[in-house]
Order: sequence, then C-alpha cells, then structure tokens
Amino acid sequence: MLRLVNGAQTVGNGWPFWSSFIAVLAGALVYPMFADSYDVGNFAYFLIWVFMAMGLCLMWGYCGMLSFGQTFFFGVAGYSYGVLAIVLGGGTMTVLALVLAVLLAGLSALVLGYFMIWGRVGGVFFGIVTLSATLVLAFFLGQTAGPEWAIGEARLNGFNGMKGMDPLNIPWFEDETLYFEGASLYYLAIALIVVVYLGLRILLNSRFGNVIVAIREDPQRAELLGYDVRKYQLITFVVGSSLAGLSGVLYTSWGQFITPGSIGLPAAAMPIVWVAFSGRGDITATLVGSFLILFAFQTITVYSQQAALVLMGGMLLATVMIAPQGFVIGIARAIGRLFRGRGTGNATSSHRGS
Amino acid sequence: MAELLQTTAISKTFGGLAAVSGVDLSVTEGEIHCLIGPNGAGKSTLFKLIIGTYPPTAGHIKFRGDTVTEERPYQRVKRGMSIKMQTPSVFKELPVRQNLHIALQHHVTKAELAREEERLLTLLDLAADAGKPAGELSHGQQQWLEIGMALALKPKLMLMDEPTAGMSPEETFRTGELIQQLNGLGMTILVVEHDMAFVRQIAQRVTVLHFGKVFARGSIKEILADERVAEIYLGKTHEHL
Repeated sequence: MLRLVNGAQTVGNGWPFWSSFIAVLAGALVYPMFADSYDVGNFAYFLIWVFMAMGLCLMWGYCGMLSFGQTFFFGVAGYSYGVLAIVLGGGTMTVLALVLAVLLAGLSALVLGYFMIWGRVGGVFFGIVTLSATLVLAFFLGQTAGPEWAIGEARLNGFNGMKGMDPLNIPWFEDETLYFEGASLYYLAIALIVVVYLGLRILLNSRFGNVIVAIREDPQRAELLGYDVRKYQLITFVVGSSLAGLSGVLYTSWGQFITPGSIGLPAAAMPIVWVAFSGRGDITATLVGSFLILFAFQTITVYSQQAALVLMGGMLLATVMIAPQGFVIGIARAIGRLFRGRGTGNATSSHRGS
Repeated sequence: MAELLQTTAISKTFGGLAAVSGVDLSVTEGEIHCLIGPNGAGKSTLFKLIIGTYPPTAGHIKFRGDTVTEERPYQRVKRGMSIKMQTPSVFKELPVRQNLHIALQHHVTKAELAREEERLLTLLDLAADAGKPAGELSHGQQQWLEIGMALALKPKLMLMDEPTAGMSPEETFRTGELIQQLNGLGMTILVVEHDMAFVRQIAQRVTVLHFGKVFARGSIKEILADERVAEIYLGKTHEHL
C-alpha cells in the first residue's frame, strides 16, 4: 500500500509524514466529540471546498493546465444535484443525485476539454477559455428568474439561486434516515477527503502521474516518447473538474441552496489563490494550505467580508512576489530538510518543480 | 536489406517558399544514414516531416512497410521511431533518473525498470548525476540524456537532428562512437548533420539536400569524392543548380 501512495510526485514519503498523517486524521475524527456543533458544521463547510482545490492542483500543478473553470463544474454539479434531488423526489435518491451530478460535471469537462485540447488551446488561452465558460454559465443562471426556467418542480430562480433540495441522506438503522448535516457531513467529508487524497497520490505516483508531469515540463518531448499527450490532458481535466463537481454537490447539500454567485468571477478566482498560496506542485500542500486559508478566510469574514477578500488578493500577490512555488510547500520542504539533516528519515521526495 | 523508411516525393511549402520539394529518401535497415546539406537546405524540415510534427504539403512516408503520412508523432514512435531533437529537450525540473524512468516505463517490465535505468545511466556516464534535475546538467550531458531517453524506447529507427550541436570536439567524438556502437547492435540510425567531420566519422550512406531537393546521394566515399558537394559547402552553389 505504502509503495503505491509514495513516490517522486509527492512530498512526504517517509514514516515522519505518515505518522503525522495518522495523528492528524485521528485528531480530526475525535474533534466533533470535543467541539461544539457550530464549529463542527463550519469545519465541514471548509472541507467541502478542498476537493475543488485538489482537482485544480492536479490539473495546474501536475499537468500544467491552469483552469479557471473549477466553479463552472462546481456550478454544473451543484445545480444538477439541486435539480435531480428535487425531480427524483429527494430522500435517499439524493445519493443517486450526487453520483449523477458528479458524472454530469465530468461529462461537461469531457466535452469542453475535448474542444480545447484537440483544438490546441494551451497556455494562457486555456485559462481564458475556461474563465469565459465560467462567466457564461454564471450570467446564464443569473437570468433564469422566470417561471419558464424550471425542470419539473425545480425552479432555477436566477440570482437568488435554487433552494429546497434535500440534503444528502441514506437509510440508517431501524428505519431511520441519516441526513448528512453537521457532524455526519463532517465525517462524510473527512472520509471522502481521505479516499480522494490517497487516490490522487496513487494516481500521481503511477505511470500516469509520471506522464502528466512530463507533459507539464515539455509536451513535445512527452509526445516524442510515444505518449498521446491530448488523451492524458483530457483525462486529467475530467478528473480535476469532477472533483470540483463533488465540491459543488456537497456545498449544495450542505446549505440546501446554490446561487450563480458561487460560480462567477470572485468565486472562480478563489481556488487559484488557495492552490497558488499552498503550492500547486504538491497535493498535500494544497490539501493543508486550502483548509488553512478557508479557515482564516471564514474567521475574518465574520468581522468583515471586504477585509477577507483584500487578504486573499494580498496573499496571491505575496505568493507571486515572494514564494512562487507556494508557502505551504516551502515550509514542508524546510521541515523535510530538517528531518533529513538529523538523519531521522526520508521526509521529502527528490527535486521537484512545477 | 529491407527499406525501413521511405519518403516519396515529399514536399513542404511555407507560404510561397518550398522548404522541401519532392524528396525521395530511403533508409535501409541496419545502416547509419546521414542527411547533410548547407544551412537552409531543408534538412530540419524533412526531419520534422518524417517524425510527424509537420504535415507534408504533398507526398508519402512509409515506415516498416506502412504508410504513416497522416499519423501523429506519438503513433510513429509507437511503431518504432525514436527521436533526438536538435536542442536538448529533456524534462529540466525532473531528476535525471526520472527522465529515463518516464521514457522507459512503457517499454520494460517493472522488475527490469531499475536495472535498465542503471544500464542507461552507466552507458551515458550520468550515474553520478542521477538525482540532479536535468536542467542542471551541462549542455553536452543534456544531449546525452536525451539520446538515452530515445534509446529507452528500444527503437527500430533512431532519428537524430544534429545530435552534437553545442558539444565539445571530444563529446562529439564520443557521441560518434556511441552511434556506431548502437549500430553495431543492429539499430538503424538517421542523422541530420552539417558537421562534415562528424559525418565522416559515422556515415555509411549519405543524402545531400540543397534548396529543399536531393542534390546527391551515395556512400560516404562517393559523397566525399563529389566535387559538387564540396562546392555547395564552400558556397559556390548557384551555377550548379
């Protein structure tokens, strides 16, 4: 198992890292027993966004595709979940709605990605096209206030957004239903993060991961080694975008609403700030950094939303000026060097770039 | 011996300029074939037509008996071509070993991977630098690493565009020896080159391009004895065309 999740593409391959990982996970699992339910709900909310960040890290940090479209797929899946949860009648059908909504996000990534990648849209234009798609979707959904914009019982409701869908739930013991809210949503998010994080580590340290890193470094050389670069880019784009879709579904289920505001420009810029600040070149740095930023952002938002946005902008500027590889990864590498300096383990991988 | 690679009346025009015009080239299995010519003769364009990074304006390319004219570079690589570009094209941020690993991973079994990496590192004299990012190697070492990555594919035909560009005379000579060694093991090699000393060292058959057309072809002895070829290299060209 450890052989699969460790490798050149990820920082943190030694026992100090995995011991810390288990300690953090154990801490996360017992946290709801000590914290009040408001804080647990808030933590669940931060965790929901981490999938979107990990997806962007995969595409941008590992494969060199800067997608501005994470909130596009977040929106596609979030709205799809809303519509499906209502149309399918809610209840335990919400699980089917989740699966279908993430698949729809993946399918839309397949179509958009196909036209971009096969149309040789690359570099900065990849960002421009994905941003355009995001803005188009946000504007389109913003003008769906009229009653004609409904699918069955599900009204899209324009700028006010959709509401009234059931939260995710599954049948539980003795004819009870377990609704994923508060602590149960928190545990669901933790479980999904562990699965996605380990899954991505396996993917990144596999042959596939080697190829996408090669594509990031030099797409022509990668093709001249016999790899169909377009196919690898498309798969990466679909996986990364589907993870944004998963965030979208969990978000919609969490608040039982979704608005075009969660898709538009300010929202679309957020994942880029999280991933850039954390360190796009490493999935663990993105996971940890995104969570910390969301936590800080939420804490500051309580006092002033403007201040929080200014902080985000400031963090992006600081990243670009001071630590273009990202702050969290910089700190992680420093810790790794410390461990190696003491000869206590192999905490970091060999040289990596992004 | 069978024809491994064959271009028939292959042409490439850019706007009004015919960079390659009706070239018939054939590379026979087991030989070292050099494609030479002065600057602007169309060598690199022909090379890019063969590897598939340029689509031809007219003509056909056959490789191992199959027409590959419409195929993309990765498809040709899968058929057994392997390519060394003119400027070193390695994954600069990744360690040397990982560069080789990426090239090897679909061509050897997992069990053989580490052994094959070591073999190539030793062959290329890069074992001491295996953990360094490839971008930190000297220019000549990067050229060698790229040759190693091309070799990792176990190709039927190795295509090299000026493999010694930017190398010291000593490195150039060693590269020549490596190419001959590979040829001795049965690999067919097509080299685009304008350094005549290097061509003299390695070539068995030579095709000379000039102004996008085949100017002369033959064994290395015949080409070296051809005064017209000497003249185009000295610049007295136009009266002969």
